[in-house]
Amino acid sequence: MTPQEIHARLRARFGEAVGPMAETRRDPFFTVGKGPLLEMANFLRDEPDLALDALEDLTALDWPQRGVIEVVLHLFSFRHRHGVTLKIEADRAAPSLPTLTGVWRAAEWFEREVLDLFGVSFEGHPDPRRILLPDDWEGHPLRKDYREAGGWHGISNERENPLVELRRLDQKRRQENLP
Amino acid sequence: MEKLILRKVEAGREEMILNFGPQHPSTHGVINLLVETDGEVLRRAIPDVGYLHRGLEKIGEQVGYPGYMPFTDRIDYVAAMFPNEGWASAVERLLGIEAPPRAQWLRAISCELCRIASHLVSVGTMAMDIGAFTPMLHGIREREKVNDLLEALCGARLTYNYHRIGGVAFDLPEGWRDECLRFLDHFDAFVSEFDRLISWNEVYVRRLAGVAVISREQAISFGLSGPNLRGSGVDFDLRRDLPYGPWALPDFRKAVSLEVPVGRGFVGQVGDCFDRYYVRCLEMRTSARVVRDALASIPEGEIAAKVPRKVKPEPGEVMSRIESARGEMAYYVVSDGTDKPYRVRVRTGSFTAMGIIEEVSRGLMLADLVALIASLDVVAPEIDR
Amino acid sequence: MTGPRHERTPAKPANPRGVLLGTLAFGLGLPLVLFSAVLVLSPLSRPALAAALVRRVGQALGKDWDPSGWTATGQQLLYGVSIALLAFVLVNFGAVVSGMTVWWEMRVSSRMQSRVGYNRVGAAGFFQWVADAVKLLFKEDLVPADADHALFRAAPYFVLVGFALVFVALPFGESLVAADLDVGVFYVVSVTALVVVGILLAGWSSNSKWALFGGMRSAAQVISYEIPAGIAILVPVMLAGTLSLQGIIRAQGPWPWQWFALATPAGPLAFLVFFVAQLAEGNRTPFDLPEAESELVAGYLSEYSSFRFALYFLVEFGNLWVMAALAVALFLGGWQVPFAGPETFAAARGAGELPSAGWWGLQVLSMGVFAVKTLLVVNLIVWVRWTLPRIRVDQMMTLCWKYLVPFAFTALAVTMVWQILVARVPSVGVATGLVLASAALLVGAAFLRRTFRNVAAAHDRVDLTNW
Repeated sequence: MTPQEIHARLRARFGEAVGPMAETRRDPFFTVGKGPLLEMANFLRDEPDLALDALEDLTALDWPQRGVIEVVLHLFSFRHRHGVTLKIEADRAAPSLPTLTGVWRAAEWFEREVLDLFGVSFEGHPDPRRILLPDDWEGHPLRKDYREAGGWHGISNERENPLVELRRLDQKRRQENLP
Repeated sequence: MEKLILRKVEAGREEMILNFGPQHPSTHGVINLLVETDGEVLRRAIPDVGYLHRGLEKIGEQVGYPGYMPFTDRIDYVAAMFPNEGWASAVERLLGIEAPPRAQWLRAISCELCRIASHLVSVGTMAMDIGAFTPMLHGIREREKVNDLLEALCGARLTYNYHRIGGVAFDLPEGWRDECLRFLDHFDAFVSEFDRLISWNEVYVRRLAGVAVISREQAISFGLSGPNLRGSGVDFDLRRDLPYGPWALPDFRKAVSLEVPVGRGFVGQVGDCFDRYYVRCLEMRTSARVVRDALASIPEGEIAAKVPRKVKPEPGEVMSRIESARGEMAYYVVSDGTDKPYRVRVRTGSFTAMGIIEEVSRGLMLADLVALIASLDVVAPEIDR
Repeated sequence: MTGPRHERTPAKPANPRGVLLGTLAFGLGLPLVLFSAVLVLSPLSRPALAAALVRRVGQALGKDWDPSGWTATGQQLLYGVSIALLAFVLVNFGAVVSGMTVWWEMRVSSRMQSRVGYNRVGAAGFFQWVADAVKLLFKEDLVPADADHALFRAAPYFVLVGFALVFVALPFGESLVAADLDVGVFYVVSVTALVVVGILLAGWSSNSKWALFGGMRSAAQVISYEIPAGIAILVPVMLAGTLSLQGIIRAQGPWPWQWFALATPAGPLAFLVFFVAQLAEGNRTPFDLPEAESELVAGYLSEYSSFRFALYFLVEFGNLWVMAALAVALFLGGWQVPFAGPETFAAARGAGELPSAGWWGLQVLSMGVFAVKTLLVVNLIVWVRWTLPRIRVDQMMTLCWKYLVPFAFTALAVTMVWQILVARVPSVGVATGLVLASAALLVGAAFLRRTFRNVAAAHDRVDLTNW
């Protein structure tokens, strides 16, 4: 099935919660509402014609101008060798979505990464902790308005231009070697 | 750090929580595992990753499309041709251009050689983790020969930076093809010797057969890919089933024969550590065959297409998938029309492989945990990016 | 950048001939000196021969020294001094042999792994073990703050004593043994159990979870494998009728069909069980899980540094020699020289007080045979280490209790029945030996053929000049 056909099947089942296919000349995708997300996920996985049993990727996009963080799902079916891309919008101020860990186990770690780097919380997640960054890190780096804190636990991450720094060190050494 | 993990651990038990890592004397990289054990049998092993997180996805938003190529080497430095190819093909799809045929052939040749090199490290370090030191060094010796070939091709032995948007950077040097064929002639005999030395060794088989079985449903649900997935009996290979790049060219498909080894319980159950290990051994042979066929049929022509100086693709997004040595490597690139990507997302095979460890490690012995991690062939740079 | 430029050790030494000669001189000379010292001192530490030597030296100097006329204290003192000298030589022998075993193991392993191996310190890197020992001596000696200080410091010495004491009863040649104990075998087995104490102490006193696991696991391994080893040892004891090591060797003969490993139908089985059990007791791959712990920590050794660590390593590699020497003594005919039976030795002894030169020559020959056989078995142990992976703890226990112990008992029972049979029909004994020896020869030939085939299949060739 093509992505358009899968989209039609989903729309037939869930109606208005499924947005239209995006107008794009590159890879197709569509947006869905977050209300019936769990049902949709179960439908996509369990419906025999669709059988989208593999969550290939779950990531996010930060759109500060639109005020949303889009969570992007790439789904794939090993039986039918077809796939589809969905997006769900979450409000940027307090982004929160239901977890998909019960549908695809791969979602557990993908959602942790999205929590870590974007700050989207997933209700019902079995282990909601940061995954890549230290637990006491502040901020979500992949957001567009992320500002580095200048250091962590006293280790600074601001340094001068290496060329400038090395020239300064060379001069200091030359002065020390003179007498 | 441990306080947060201890929330997952029930109180009042005889078990201790020990740190397995993050310093490993093997190439799996800096990965930490918190192991709940009573000394022999694990209750659980909780992976703790992020020690090698370098923010490569954020860097992608800042350096622009051509400039990101050397960074992709570092996403998986054990098999660096694959991230290169993935990025090149993602940007090419965004731009709507195609690399010329000779470039596609060269991409396939360099990638399959790289797959051989990566699997040599993988099976070698697996043997070393199980306790046999000799096969690893034999594997490294062969990998040095592959590195010599790739060094002659692109000047680097580890982080190749060989593929470019639109094609590849360098053409085959004088005499390279003969050198490569000489290596391939010797390599088949080497793989047989390697099998005789370690794969069918009774002690080795006993350590791996039936250990840490990952069922087909588990593998699919947890998002495993590549040799891990095939080791659990799922007959799927992106090169054959969702062809990309050179694999999508009909001439290439006609000239190159690809066999996809799938785990079938070679000595134990389907989906045990030995299956995953042996699928890699077999893949080394099939990759050698691919390189040989590709070298015999490589067309003449350009090695790179014309690419505008300022790479500014139109707005849109692509998902380009590559069958990397460790599984499916996918680049999800979103372009907003400027010369820098809006979002670069790298989906790697090792990330999901790490995710399954907690589930499969319940009830394993400590020595089996080592076998499990080695059989999943995880590398830290792919997990953390 | 400014800064000191470090001189790299050149790949080729400045004076290759000199280095080679020096290495040969030291590498052959030192063992020769030690072996000679053992050769000369061990028989001479007997009171009778020591007295004779003192008399002869006195004659040469023109004095009249007759220890038989000395007081009891004086004689005891003479005996004590000669024994102390022998003990000193034996301990040094153990240490040096352990170092050279390290060199041999590293050399063999580097060739097996297609590597260059040691090649800087001395020709073929022969002195690398000396350099490593010196380096370990210079390292900082750490005792963990929470460790039990007294036990932590004492543990290596238990292991060292357990290792050194074996040399008391180990026969190097026909009359070259420090003390030919009547209960030699029993003594050796009990003394090697001291090593277990050392390992347990090391693991426990380090006060670290990993070290504790490793220590307990290693102790369990060593203690478990003492059982099949002990039962397998009973086979040569039964065949020889004595527990004394010299007695067991004398009951064998110089030819392969007279060795206990090939003289009885259960001989190969007993030898195999003994060999595997000794590998496990020495914590050698495939049984080195307690040490390797998946290469993350060194098991019970993880908190040790500097000299204490060097002691453990010395004992581990010296144990290779001891294991091999025991296997040779019990199963492979020991020092028995072909064509030289006990009559030859007695005839060469001569009638004088001190034995004649011919006798000394025969002793050298017997020591040479022993050394060569032991080296071959050491090589086998090293070879097995670098080929096989390690087995898991539960598999190791299963192997010991479910396989080795029943096999050992079977060997014992078969040997008992066979001995009764041979008592009735003596020709069965000779026949068994010849049949088994020719079978062993055939197996060896088949193995060699297979090896050459494998090498050819890998498009390689056998190159014995590649040292």
